[in-house]
Amino acid sequence: MTAILGGSTREFAVLQAADSRAQIVVVGNGMAGARFVEEVLERDGGEHFRITVFGDEPHGNYNRIMLSPVLAGEADEADIVLNSHDWYAERDVELRAGVRVERIDTAAKVVHAADGTATAYDHLVLATGSHSFIPPMTGVRTADGALLDGVVGFRTIDETRQMLAASRTHRKAVVMGGGLLGLEAARALQAQGMEVELVHAMGWLMNAQLDVEAGGVVRRSVEELGIAVHTDAMATEVLGTDRVTGVVLKDGRTLDCDLLVVAAGVRPHTDVAVRSGVEVERAILVDDRLATDVPDVYAIGECAQHRGTVYGLVAPAWEHATVLADLLTGADPEAAYTGSRTATKLKVAGVDVAVMGVSTPERDSDEFLVISEPKRGVYLSVVVRDDQLIGATLVGDTRKVAFLTQAFDRRTPLPAERIKLLVDLSDGDAEVGVAELPGDSQVCNCNGVTKDRICGAVADGCTSLPKVMDATRAGKGCGSCKGLVQRIVEWAADGALTEEESASWYVPGVPMPKPELIAAIKRHDLRSVSAVFATLARGGEEDAKSKMGLASLLKMIWGSDYVTEPDATFVNDRVHANIQRDGTFSVVPQMKGGVTTPDQLRKIADVAEKYDVPMVKITGGQRIDLLGIRKEDLPKVWADLDMPSGYAYGKSMRTVKTCVGSDFCRFGLDDSTQLGIDLETRFQGVESPAKIKMAVVGCPRNCAEAYVKDVGVVATGKGRWEVYVGGAAGASVRKGDLLATVSTTAEVLELTGRFLQLYRENGNWLERTYDFVPRFGLDRLKAVLLEDSEGLCAALDEGIQRSVDAYTDPWARDRAEPASPGQFRTSLPLTVLPQVPVR
Amino acid sequence: MTTTVTAHVVGRADEVPVGEGRAFTAGDTSVAVFRLRDGSLRAVAAVCPHAGGPIADGQSDARVVVCPLHLNAWRWDGTPTTGAGPLPVYAVREADGHLVVEV
Repeated sequence: MTAILGGSTREFAVLQAADSRAQIVVVGNGMAGARFVEEVLERDGGEHFRITVFGDEPHGNYNRIMLSPVLAGEADEADIVLNSHDWYAERDVELRAGVRVERIDTAAKVVHAADGTATAYDHLVLATGSHSFIPPMTGVRTADGALLDGVVGFRTIDETRQMLAASRTHRKAVVMGGGLLGLEAARALQAQGMEVELVHAMGWLMNAQLDVEAGGVVRRSVEELGIAVHTDAMATEVLGTDRVTGVVLKDGRTLDCDLLVVAAGVRPHTDVAVRSGVEVERAILVDDRLATDVPDVYAIGECAQHRGTVYGLVAPAWEHATVLADLLTGADPEAAYTGSRTATKLKVAGVDVAVMGVSTPERDSDEFLVISEPKRGVYLSVVVRDDQLIGATLVGDTRKVAFLTQAFDRRTPLPAERIKLLVDLSDGDAEVGVAELPGDSQVCNCNGVTKDRICGAVADGCTSLPKVMDATRAGKGCGSCKGLVQRIVEWAADGALTEEESASWYVPGVPMPKPELIAAIKRHDLRSVSAVFATLARGGEEDAKSKMGLASLLKMIWGSDYVTEPDATFVNDRVHANIQRDGTFSVVPQMKGGVTTPDQLRKIADVAEKYDVPMVKITGGQRIDLLGIRKEDLPKVWADLDMPSGYAYGKSMRTVKTCVGSDFCRFGLDDSTQLGIDLETRFQGVESPAKIKMAVVGCPRNCAEAYVKDVGVVATGKGRWEVYVGGAAGASVRKGDLLATVSTTAEVLELTGRFLQLYRENGNWLERTYDFVPRFGLDRLKAVLLEDSEGLCAALDEGIQRSVDAYTDPWARDRAEPASPGQFRTSLPLTVLPQVPVR
Repeated sequence: MTTTVTAHVVGRADEVPVGEGRAFTAGDTSVAVFRLRDGSLRAVAAVCPHAGGPIADGQSDARVVVCPLHLNAWRWDGTPTTGAGPLPVYAVREADGHLVVEV
């Protein structure tokens, strides 16, 4: 089964027979064809034209530029749908998706499709795009002409899915082609965990856009990602009978692979035009009206050749669509396309690249200015002829791109000191000054949107970035200008900017920010997650991905009066253990302050043997982890351990690490061990927006790493303790901020409780304290918690006390009586058991 | 091509509590059966096509089921919303207190 992107949820509309409107047929439903339809509809073309669109692919129209982010796992398939099947149906446009056009009878003005249908047209638009070029290589095709299994181009969503599937089951990929597409494929596949080698037939990467030195900068950046690069390497043979096993290079080397991505360029799709007698050179020949040599037949996008140029970028294709729509609808009968000066701005393998015009000087009199800093991964150059910018290359630093694009497009005067083209001499770090940017300078190259139009949209009442993007299409092509668009929107709105509403919601399924949500829950007395959905969600609809955050919030608000619903809880919280990659679980018993006893160790050892535990591991939190426990064994394991849960699975307070403090250590200034045990006893199992780790150390040598914990306590001698908050040593590393220095352990406990409760009431779902503390502001935090500046302290103390009182050990609770039928029943495939590596 | 579909009694209807999923075997196929909050049943493959996660341990709502390992999600027709491969779906019904799954 294959999912249809932008698939329809409705039946096809029945076409009305008597229709006096003229018929437009568009062949091709890609970036150019679909945009043309949009442009016609925007000019009220629907009143005068019936529109039929043929698409080779079964999908709606999607943003092909965004396939790389999908392949890299950075974007969802759903995010790249531009127009779904429903979109066409709602606008009375007939979409014949998955139907290939065979030929056109230009005399009878009829389109013949592969499904045997004949469709008459008054105007025909060819927007057939390009296909991947597969260079001739021995063995690349099977006997029936199809590509060998494991060999794939990079042009369509289906090819992207094939690669994603291969990345899950296979290990080694070779990407052929060191142009933009090849580099994107290589980086994306590497991000999916494959080992990637890049083979490029030319001497340096991106040779079509960059000169040898700039290509070298890109190469170093690519190699730093761990991708091996072979230049001057021509593949001559593909190995493998059932599936690709490798490629042979011209110099005799063999590269093993189980996926071969061919991104060695594209060729215009011209076969329909050729078969139908339309004049074709490299692509379909068109004039300034985008008309071919056959009356009423037009061509746009990558399949069109205009004044000798075939464009491979989206911006010219969209310009074609706009001009042709102007002409056919009569919106501007004088409209003409006179060619595009292409400027490209993109991110390739993590490097910002912008190129326009020529990359090297062509005449003796051309000025050529280069700044090359290979170590920093920066290469900048401009080519100036007769005081005009005719080319620029920016690699690794594209801050000057807006200014240069302007100079290139509009041929505006250049500064006499040419160096100013590439760097701001006043302040090298300055971003392009949004305020100084001329109003008519192009910000979004894909959609040709100027700064003035963005400002106009803001003036017309678009007060958030997404709204401006919807209104102007700025940033909706390759997306590389989004940052600049945002800065312009912020500048134009001058502080009156609203965030997209949903950005402030606590969870996506209930349209409220956290404080408002808490108030509504209390007002309506909502004690279960299903009650929250029923009362507060739009249409009363539940949302799976919001359940966990709501369950945590309700438990915080209601303590023991929270009504548990198994389906509202994530599996970890349902079975009080942490699910592992093979579907088994890890069991971490509580070991307060990291202090254990021979009796506990004996029990743990007995359990490990009795249940064949594949791995026993000391955790970073000073506890012992039993990994690989089957779900159905969990209650028995807990009973045999007879120790409380360590909450190593929860978005909750987990553990308090300690050093041995003054009891044994020669340097210890105070009893950190006992304070750690007291903290863990008081706050055990307290749920929170994200996990909470604490530590207490007996001196500033910091052996238990208190400076990098959510709450860290450091003894400084004479009974004094420093309390740090917002530290982290995970994916982010941050030293905690000193909240206060106090003189008793009772004060440490009180202050910690207040801080936790403030975080629980104000932290966003999954927002760790290292983000929360800077967001809330340390000064405000100190004022609220130490001086009670907002009068919250009593309520905070009360709130945390309610949760402390509500604590029960979940292992003791559920081991006698399951919370719901089959709570501990295995969910693993019952026929094939997973292979757990046993060390 | 003709595909043969066989109905299997996989367990008792009360083995799947409201809102949760449980794994069963239908012939040679492992299936995860969910009971939605409106009481209706859904059956999908028990194994996540992305990294083999146990789908029956996942959370669900009226529109989607979410794998517990990496939070990939699928609509109940098996189409993915997060870019994973499609999830096979099966017909499931309740008959005389039994769960019947067709694979």
